[in-house]
Amino acid sequence: MSIEAAHIRKTYGQFEALHDVNLRIERGELVALLGPSGSGKTTLLRIIAGLEAPDSGTIHLNDEDATNAAASQRRVGFVFQHYALFRHLTVFENIAFGLRLRRGAARPSEERIRGRVNELLKLIQLDWLGDRYPNQLSGGQRQRVALARALAVEPQVLLLDEPFGSLDAKVRKELRRWLRRLHDELHVASVFVTHDQEEALEVADRVAVMNHGRIEQVGTPVEVYDHPANGFVRQFIGDVNLFRERSEPVNSLGDELGSQGAGI
Amino acid sequence: MSAMPISSAPPAAPSSIRPPSYAAQDPAVVRWGLTALALGALGLFIVLPLVTIFVEAFRKGAAVYLAAVRQPDTIAAIKLSLVAAGIAVPLNLVFGVAAAWAVTKFQFKGRNVLISLIDIPFAVSPVVAGLVYVLVFGAQGWLGEWLAARDIRVIFALPGIVLATVFVTFPFVARELIALMESQGTEEEEAALVLGATGWQMFYKITLPNIKWGLLYGVVLCTARALGEFGAVSVVSGHIRGETNTLPLHVEILYNEYNYAGAFAVASLLSVVAVITLGLKKFLEWKTGRESR
Repeated sequence: MSIEAAHIRKTYGQFEALHDVNLRIERGELVALLGPSGSGKTTLLRIIAGLEAPDSGTIHLNDEDATNAAASQRRVGFVFQHYALFRHLTVFENIAFGLRLRRGAARPSEERIRGRVNELLKLIQLDWLGDRYPNQLSGGQRQRVALARALAVEPQVLLLDEPFGSLDAKVRKELRRWLRRLHDELHVASVFVTHDQEEALEVADRVAVMNHGRIEQVGTPVEVYDHPANGFVRQFIGDVNLFRERSEPVNSLGDELGSQGAGI
Repeated sequence: MSAMPISSAPPAAPSSIRPPSYAAQDPAVVRWGLTALALGALGLFIVLPLVTIFVEAFRKGAAVYLAAVRQPDTIAAIKLSLVAAGIAVPLNLVFGVAAAWAVTKFQFKGRNVLISLIDIPFAVSPVVAGLVYVLVFGAQGWLGEWLAARDIRVIFALPGIVLATVFVTFPFVARELIALMESQGTEEEEAALVLGATGWQMFYKITLPNIKWGLLYGVVLCTARALGEFGAVSVVSGHIRGETNTLPLHVEILYNEYNYAGAFAVASLLSVVAVITLGLKKFLEWKTGRESR
């Protein structure tokens, strides 16, 4: 399913959070919104989810106008920066939450719900933790539960706000590779917000570089890296430059993504 | 003299042993003195009066005590107090949740004004609160004629008592919830929305379970205050025996009539409510403390 944001504007009082933002994300694509804090990337993500309303502009999900649809009607999977797991529910019930909300004919049987949740628990490799409460889990485990909860309702679109922001470096690397593989299995349109250039370049199919409420450049990691559109992008992506040259040549980036995609 | 080479004293031993706290370093006289003072004040101003109530209530024996409690006027006062609290507390439960919800889940102009308004009943003397209602609903008040024409009695009747009680006890639930909901933020609610919850489902499946102990805590305090309120209710009640006397007003009347045994017997009922409140309060504090971790 595709996402299209057209001419999105959003202001908070005097502060212009988004200034005429246009972005289209096709089904199967994983796009990173990359930018410094305050650049409007989280606001854009929340507008796509329906958690904020744009001042003007439209959101199309699967080529249908969803600008005025409530968040609960958009069939969007959202992973919050701090996970927002329901603290009074077990891991199992957290994941089952969206399915249990359904009413009437759309409501799956208890057996189907259990089957689906167990399937997701296996997918996130936490099937022995179903009875635990969120405060008994590590950061990485919470992150995966949050993702499983979002996936349980089979969303058209997967949105992740700083998904690896509060994890330590090692877990972060593991989880982003895992997310990439997962995305390739799901065939949804995914968007994740990050301020980490390396993360964006490694995981995403395309990167949208944002600054001061505008998208400065959209392109594949190689395009953005090799042909920055302007001084800001050059400088912002350039921070990785030194680091990358010392660690691994940039050319291997595409290969690495390819091999990961194949290795499901 | 040579035994005190202060400047060349060896450095303090490695702090493998935790140094005693400053308080523990104070001389024993100070420590014991302060403890005795605190306990003494507590005993003199709180424990002793509480004990006195029960001693005085039973001074003339259990039979007199029971007679005083079973007196028709006392029964009527108990009923009235329970009815007033029974109406005021659920109302403030709804108002409190609504106010806390509005203040913590939305950003809007006048939000801080609303928070300050919620505190007014704590700042205003209850007597003033009662007078305000007399001015508005009393026979000579703004709405007096209108109400009289329709034969509706507010002042010197149950509606006035309920209004005064609602006013005085308004902040308890709201304040407790605002603090709690502010610390919990709105992310869990948003997560529920995105997963397809309606506003109502979000409230009773996510918000309510998260605030339930805090809510109960507010309700307990609110109930205790509603049953014990004297000033505001006194102004609007009219002190009609067996009709508009609540428990605290009834205590005063009995006392003014030199019926000490009766006054203390009824007072002991209020004291029992207080002790139960204290127990519940402790339990709920322990519960909220555990769950908010």
